[in-house]
Amino acid sequence: MSVLLLTALALAFGVFLGFVAIKFRVEGDPIVEKIDTLLPQTQCGQCGYPGCRPYAEAIASEEAEINQCPPGGEAGVQALAELLGKEPMPLNPDNGVAEEGPAMLALIDEETCIGCTKCVQICPVDAISGAPGFMHTVLDVYCTGCELCLPPLCPVDDCIIMVPVEANIRTWKWSNPEAVGAVL
Amino acid sequence: MNKLWRFNGGVKLSGFKSLSNAAGVKRPPLPKRLYLPLQQHIGAPAEALVEVGDKVYKGQLIAASSSFISAPVHASSSGTVVELKKHIIAHPSGIAEDCIVIETDGKDEWHSSISALSNPDALDLDELRSRISEAGVVGLGGAVFPSGAKLKPTRSIDTLVINGAECEPYITCDDRLMRTRPREIIRGLLLLRRLVNPTECIIAVEDNKPEAVQHLRRAIDELKSEGIGSVSTVRVVAVPTLFPAGGEKQLIKVLTGKAVPQRGLPYEVGVVCLNVGTTAAVYDAIYEGKPLISRLVTITGPNVKHAANYEVPIGTPVQHMLDIAGADDTGGGEQNRLIMGGPMMGHVLPNAQVPVVKATNCILVEPKADVVPTTAMPCIRCGSCADVCPMHLLPQQLYWHARGKAFDKLDHHNLADCIECGCCAVACPSKIPLVHYFRFAKTEKKEFDAKAIFADQSRVRMQIREARIAQRERELEERKAKRKADRLKKKKAKAAAAAASANASVDDQDQASNGVSV
Amino acid sequence: MSDNASTSQATSPFVPSSTSVGAVMRKVIYALIPGVVLYMILFGWGIVINIILASVSALLFEAIMLMVRGRPLRMFLFDGSAVVTAILLTLALPPMLSWWIPVLGSFFAIVVAKHLYGGLGYNPFNPAMMAYAILLVSFPLQLSLWAGPLDLIAQPLTFVETLNYSLFHQLPGAMAFDSLTAATPLDYLRTQVGLGQTVEAITRAPIFGLLGGQGMEWVNSAFLLGGLWLLYMRIISWHIPVAVLASIGSISGLAYFLDPAVFANPSVHLWGGASILCAFFIATDPITASTTPLGRIIYGLGIGGLTFAIRTWGGYPDGVAFAVLLMGLVVPLLDHYTVPKVFGARTDRGNQ
Ligand code: SF4
Ligand code: SF4
Ligand code: SF4
Repeated sequence: MSVLLLTALALAFGVFLGFVAIKFRVEGDPIVEKIDTLLPQTQCGQCGYPGCRPYAEAIASEEAEINQCPPGGEAGVQALAELLGKEPMPLNPDNGVAEEGPAMLALIDEETCIGCTKCVQICPVDAISGAPGFMHTVLDVYCTGCELCLPPLCPVDDCIIMVPVEANIRTWKWSNPEAVGAVL
Repeated sequence: MNKLWRFNGGVKLSGFKSLSNAAGVKRPPLPKRLYLPLQQHIGAPAEALVEVGDKVYKGQLIAASSSFISAPVHASSSGTVVELKKHIIAHPSGIAEDCIVIETDGKDEWHSSISALSNPDALDLDELRSRISEAGVVGLGGAVFPSGAKLKPTRSIDTLVINGAECEPYITCDDRLMRTRPREIIRGLLLLRRLVNPTECIIAVEDNKPEAVQHLRRAIDELKSEGIGSVSTVRVVAVPTLFPAGGEKQLIKVLTGKAVPQRGLPYEVGVVCLNVGTTAAVYDAIYEGKPLISRLVTITGPNVKHAANYEVPIGTPVQHMLDIAGADDTGGGEQNRLIMGGPMMGHVLPNAQVPVVKATNCILVEPKADVVPTTAMPCIRCGSCADVCPMHLLPQQLYWHARGKAFDKLDHHNLADCIECGCCAVACPSKIPLVHYFRFAKTEKKEFDAKAIFADQSRVRMQIREARIAQRERELEERKAKRKADRLKKKKAKAAAAAASANASVDDQDQASNGVSV
Repeated sequence: MSDNASTSQATSPFVPSSTSVGAVMRKVIYALIPGVVLYMILFGWGIVINIILASVSALLFEAIMLMVRGRPLRMFLFDGSAVVTAILLTLALPPMLSWWIPVLGSFFAIVVAKHLYGGLGYNPFNPAMMAYAILLVSFPLQLSLWAGPLDLIAQPLTFVETLNYSLFHQLPGAMAFDSLTAATPLDYLRTQVGLGQTVEAITRAPIFGLLGGQGMEWVNSAFLLGGLWLLYMRIISWHIPVAVLASIGSISGLAYFLDPAVFANPSVHLWGGASILCAFFIATDPITASTTPLGRIIYGLGIGGLTFAIRTWGGYPDGVAFAVLLMGLVVPLLDHYTVPKVFGARTDRGNQ
């Protein structure tokens, strides 16, 4: 009797859970869009594709693995794995390593710039402005830190360098309390 | 007795107020240097108006308000601007921000523009409001919201609440202020009353401060007998002592029974709420013409010899105050943990070099030896935290999702509504630093959102760029195609002409040159 | 400066928490004491021996598991949670048992139900009830022999005799084990109803006492007192106890009202079994219960309903354990869908 009762209850819960799963399933936009929103949009090409969107398409068509984006880091792989129902995997070192520390932005040394416009042409987000023959400058609100403009693309050594974004009280973050040594 | 309501949860705390509330207000000697941060308020930082070497006088405007939600900064004593630099400020990050450094000359000379108004009660409302803004008055209860911006409500106001609850342990600056300057508080209140035009005005004081209540009531009676009729709309209400009764939303609930809407402002339920200190600052700004250049600061702690309330010029380094108050400190807070604000919601100062700012209501000096390190245990889901949460949140769930940085779940559980009051952490038997988790999660979330916005922006810019390149290519193609078509047309025309002239060799040549140009 | 930087990371509140897990668990133990003492007076020494066996072995298992898992021993061993689990487990078991049953129960509770799932705070199922369920399924015979109330027994055992039974399975002289046992009221009720007796007649048997169980009714009343004290001390909130008792009371009341010949009166349900213990001590186990106010009410109502159903139609002496375990399954769902409205919630905004 009790076995029956328990089975019945288990069944009832099963049906209920199934119903909840169906009712609350997210009807989604096409998978490429979803993948693309999880990519950091640095547009650096380290994944081996000419930008985040092409990489998203490659993932969607199962042409690329989900561990090829260093700027997204392990967290990015994790998010992709969750979205696609795959096992998370470590970043592929062939694509580069995830960088720790503060975000980096490109800075053009205005003294040494010869105005060759190569950086303007490569910048994926139009973050560099300048006219041929004149000094160029990086609009740091747009720079994604993709490093595509660094030498050897820039023909002048040390003309474009990466500098860390300065901390201020508006972007400062609280430490993770876990680091303080709680036994949880 | 009017009806009072109650808010959910809250915790009863030992007050430790007698440490500092017995003595009257003390005036410390001037420090050698004043460090005035350009951002002491919520909103846009002020813009410096002075340069190194400039002579400044007490009360002189040295940095101007830069937008509607912003506040100006005034020199708190006379002297010379010696530096404009980044100096460590009273923020838990310990990050240095822009400050104007003044070397005081000891004369404490007022600027020529500072003088009492002859007839302040005749000011029209806009004039009144702009004078309050120009005096750099911000919320002195700790939120430092520019007061001028609060005083232009877009709907009719039922209740003007003056917050003198002071529910945090140790802090007594409002208590002292209410005892020393009750008349000024009430006259400041009457000015505010003109601006927001409420049906009633309430000064709320926690019932652990009976002297303050008495002084205020006596002052009301006096003013009434002096023939100031409008004072009869003012009531002093003693509210039960229960932390965080002084939280704006909680106090409004207790006094009026109304709940300020989620992520909304008090005026939405017809209430404007200001702190008693702010009200006194409004009085000073209007009746005396003095900008906000000093404030009452409680310097207290178990080992502070002269624990009391001090009238401290804004910009005074905390170390200067510690020396005067006899906080047993060998410099830089080595032996002591310095807390700005109260023990429930204050934060640790990075060191004693930080200046006192408009938000500094209290410096709590805690011997580091007294700080018992605790280790958190796992959450046992007992729900004590939820029972005491004045915002009806589930800290135990927030904590769980904060650890996993599950931002969607944190949203579902309304992390953004946490006022960081600390009740949950105090009630937690597992001693989990819940508020630390919530602050951590909030800044993580902020960064996450900022990154998402930035990623969207980058995506769009990439798309624009691609579209532009595609467009250019298409144009090139088109131009090429057009050129080709043009040539074809020309060729045809020529062929026709040639046919007409019937000269085959010319035709051949033409074709050859055509081939070269392609 | 480096020191300052690290201290500046600590955040408010700087007021130390006034309570601890140990303090909470200790209060739970205190609240159980009156019931346990009455139990001992009315049913003999068995319960005390079992509690000691279970507690000591639970602490031992706890220590071993903490060491194996590399967790801080002192902090967790003395948090009291293992002892609470052991006592609750023992109270679910019959008082006359061989020593290895409570010890094995502690093993299941501490090692399997608690530590294999991640230890304190992480176990999804109530360890005491999980252990009880495993024991019940594995040793149905031993677990259905309940010691009768002493005043219904001709010759009660002394402490030494009880200990002797527990350790060596020996009874004094020619005494038969049967002479010490009696069916529990709920058990008796079910078997007799099965035999076609009317409930009216059945509940007149002496084991039903005044309120629903000779002896047990007083023990349960003592648990009720202890539970009320816990409520007063704010160790537990009212939601779960009220919901459990209300649902058992009202469902059994309704059934009794509809057909008093087949269903026992609510008093038997409330005082005859483990309802009160469950309402105040078992279902309120914070770790495995729902944690929102509304969720707790639903959780409690569910436990009450399932308890009644299992008692009435199931094959086990009491339904409490299975009811608690089953409701444990839906706790995550309950928690998700019963998030309280935040202070000042805008109705048009919804909670999502
Ligand atoms: S590696 Fe660079 S281009 Fe590729 S997805 Fe990541 S950020 Fe985008
Ligand atoms: S008070 Fe602490 S242990 Fe209890 S539920 Fe909240 S976070 Fe968990
Ligand atoms: S700190 Fe936040 S979660 Fe904790 S009690 Fe206060 S409002 Fe609630």
